Amino acid sequence: MDKVCITLNVNGDRYELAVDPWRTLVEVLRDDLNLTGTKIGCQTGDCGACTVLIDGKSVASCMMLAVAADNKNIATIEGLSTGQDELHPIQEAFVEQGAIQCGYCTPGMVLSTKYLLDQNPDPTETEIRQALSGNLCRCTGYHRIVKAVEAVAVKMRADGKGE
Amino acid sequence: MSQNNSAMKVVGQSIPRIDAPIKATGKARYTGDMKLPGMLYGKMLFSSVPHASIVRIDVSKALALPGVKDVIVGKDTPGIKFGNWRLFPATQDELPLAIDKVRFIGDAVAAVAAISQDIADEAIGLIEVEYAPLPAVYTIEDSLAAGAPLIHDENKELTNNISLDRKIDVGDVDAAFATADYVREDTVFVHAVSHAYMEPCAVLVEPDTEGRLTIWTSTQTPYIVQCLLASTLAIPENHVRVVKPYIGGGFGGKMELRPWDFCASLLARRTGRPVRFVLTRVEEFEVGRRRHGMKIRSKVAFKKDGTLIAKDFEAYLDGGAYNSMGPTATFLCGNFGAMLYRYPNYRYRGHHVYTNKPPAGAMRGFGAPQALYLSETQMNIAAEELGIDPIELRLKNAMVTGDVIEGVTRISSAGFVESLHKVAEMTNWKEKRASLAPNKGIGIGCYSFISGGVFNWFNTQYNFASCEIRAYSDGTAHLLTMAADIGQGSDTVLRQIMAQDLGLDPEQIRLTAADVTMTPKADLGTWGSRVTLMNGNAVLDATQKMRAELAKMVSLRFNLNVIHEVAFADGRVFAKAQPAKGISFGEAVTMWVKANRGEELVVRGHYTPRDLGLTSPAYSFGAQVAEVEVDPETGVVTVEKVSTAHDCGTVINPLAVEGQLEGAIQMGLGYALCEQFVMRDGKTLNTTFLDYKVPAAEDMPAIASAAIETYEPQGPLGAKEAGEGLAIPTAPAVSDAVWHATGYRCKDLPITPEKILRATGKL
Ligand code: FES
Ligand code: FES
Repeated sequence: MDKVCITLNVNGDRYELAVDPWRTLVEVLRDDLNLTGTKIGCQTGDCGACTVLIDGKSVASCMMLAVAADNKNIATIEGLSTGQDELHPIQEAFVEQGAIQCGYCTPGMVLSTKYLLDQNPDPTETEIRQALSGNLCRCTGYHRIVKAVEAVAVKMRADGKGE
Repeated sequence: MSQNNSAMKVVGQSIPRIDAPIKATGKARYTGDMKLPGMLYGKMLFSSVPHASIVRIDVSKALALPGVKDVIVGKDTPGIKFGNWRLFPATQDELPLAIDKVRFIGDAVAAVAAISQDIADEAIGLIEVEYAPLPAVYTIEDSLAAGAPLIHDENKELTNNISLDRKIDVGDVDAAFATADYVREDTVFVHAVSHAYMEPCAVLVEPDTEGRLTIWTSTQTPYIVQCLLASTLAIPENHVRVVKPYIGGGFGGKMELRPWDFCASLLARRTGRPVRFVLTRVEEFEVGRRRHGMKIRSKVAFKKDGTLIAKDFEAYLDGGAYNSMGPTATFLCGNFGAMLYRYPNYRYRGHHVYTNKPPAGAMRGFGAPQALYLSETQMNIAAEELGIDPIELRLKNAMVTGDVIEGVTRISSAGFVESLHKVAEMTNWKEKRASLAPNKGIGIGCYSFISGGVFNWFNTQYNFASCEIRAYSDGTAHLLTMAADIGQGSDTVLRQIMAQDLGLDPEQIRLTAADVTMTPKADLGTWGSRVTLMNGNAVLDATQKMRAELAKMVSLRFNLNVIHEVAFADGRVFAKAQPAKGISFGEAVTMWVKANRGEELVVRGHYTPRDLGLTSPAYSFGAQVAEVEVDPETGVVTVEKVSTAHDCGTVINPLAVEGQLEGAIQMGLGYALCEQFVMRDGKTLNTTFLDYKVPAAEDMPAIASAAIETYEPQGPLGAKEAGEGLAIPTAPAVSDAVWHATGYRCKDLPITPEKILRATGKL
């Protein structure tokens, strides 16, 4: 089968690519664009490690073909913080609250959190747990992650950065 | 033991992990994230049959596929077996690629290297293997039945499928039983579960032109991988450089040489190109190690007043097709059977049994979750039958500091009694256990765990842990350690210990870890909750040497009387009684370098436990209470709250300890309620996270905890383990709470709604 030419807008950068039509978005992000911050934990849509935001919505990038993301705006973990040393408030909260152990689930968790807070700047604990239940973590038991989300929600509301 | 007299400024603080920012930004490189120029992509072919002779393997079609660079099968290898029990070579029963026989669905048969992953995957499908099937066994009973096929018939010393026995005899068990007022015997079956670490195993190997290899692999034990790769490839150890990148969790599942490590190495040597393998999740579930399923029988004897007088404990471990870490699990299961309470008379018989299933290895708790599920459940049953409160019964028999199990264990600190009191108080235990709303239950489970093993079955010639510290004139220092941080946080904790003892800010310490040719290589890796204690002690050995060197400089400079103690704090080195007499850490280093005519200030530290019994230098203890609600119609268990009081000695980083506790509860809940392999004829049927259910954020209960601080004399600054032990008590505590709510005592984990409904007559 012939390759398909697509344009991916990732973290504000435009990439023109010719990809095999069966390749998933996560494979193209990792292998072709070297954006390895997006992780693969299962490739069956069950773990959330590969979560990215497409036009603002959280998506399991292992369940989406790269061609389906043609011309869409994709945000990966690499695009979340602006400067070299600067962390996004969500990342900062994850660091400070001890929400990161092995870190393999972290990029997906952070992006799921971003999506949640974009939709709902003041979530309850139950809403946070529900929103993150598509993201598996085997290390933390989720408590510090939930705490981090609670803390950053408060902070972002106070800073008026709820976007 | 070195101990800084200055107040604990760094140790005891909830310092965020050093590696948290790099992980939060997606910049942390895990093995599967790495790529090298010219790299080939690898894929394994695993056996599709549970037990068979290999009649013929034809790789010609795979080799002919454009883009395939090499295909290897067993006969292309030196054919050398491996295993972690090097001290007993007969236990090393596994080949990196099968030669004439396969023993489980998942045994490695061939491997391919190609220019893309798609081509490698396609080539695997072109390899033809003709098997002559052999009869297979999948349960302990069938494996031990008369006429069962011998799974390792090549080992002429074995006459059945038991690969190894272990026994412990303390006192006179039979005589004690004869004097008992109350005897209780139970048999339980505890099931196999997956580590389910989020990062599937991966390896990348780069060869140099002289045949030396650099290996980045997702391992907990770089030194063990180095040794076993060298022996299976038949090359010198020093030709193998194993580097640990960031690791996405291990929990015991990444502590051995695995076939893909070997195949990537051999393929790299043969092709002269870098080779990378990344497993899929399906492969992980099919061929990854798992926790041992066990059948355990326990008979305990009490006096009327609840005093324990004897225990007779026997375990059969379902080992799968190879020994893997089974010998250690067999040993430890018996040791843990004797823990927590004083059993003046104790007998253990452990048997490691081969079956035609994926091998079980080490998994968080390593023999203890199984042993203590039964021990703790039995304690709760006995309490009920003796009419004594379960916490009272435990208090009556609890191990305390100074207890000794002759020839096995010596307890140098124990906060168990305090933990029991504390958890009772935290949960309002007495009242709730006596009266609770319908369908609600409260239950208890306790644990003890080792802080590293004193045994040397790997037969290392080196120290158990080692490190190097370099100090610089700019007031900074560099810690080079072989400790392998796999997500548990050892890099952070070791830096805290070092900073505390040298009076430095942790941020002034650069850390390089786990590279067998660059850091001191003596280290057995991350398992058995050994790192904080052993590597922490190695760091303190080095800081002590560093302090001695720098103290000389300050004494000289200020002409200090010999009786002066020199202290290290706030980046300064000074006379403790006259703090003005002192200089900065960097100035002290400069003086030392000048005094030594340009030498660099480098010290090494080591730790090896000696003369500390047969098991561990130190033991953690704790008690946990679970509160549940069981839906009487559906049998669904909702765990509402889990409360824990535990003793891990000095808490070096409260945030890290809390994280271990919460993660352990999650894993314990999965073990108790929802995780299990579904197997048919040796095949693992549930190979996705959809079918193998691990607890998600919304499944977690409320969590309360209290740390009971003790000072462990064998531990660094008084610390002991907090990693694995906490994974033990949740299953027995939840099980007891389910009994309290429904009357159903689970002796066949996991506790499923179906089992509850059957027991309550609803099904
Ligand atoms: S890798 Fe996409 S959901 Fe797991
Ligand atoms: S931190 Fe390890 S999987 Fe979440």
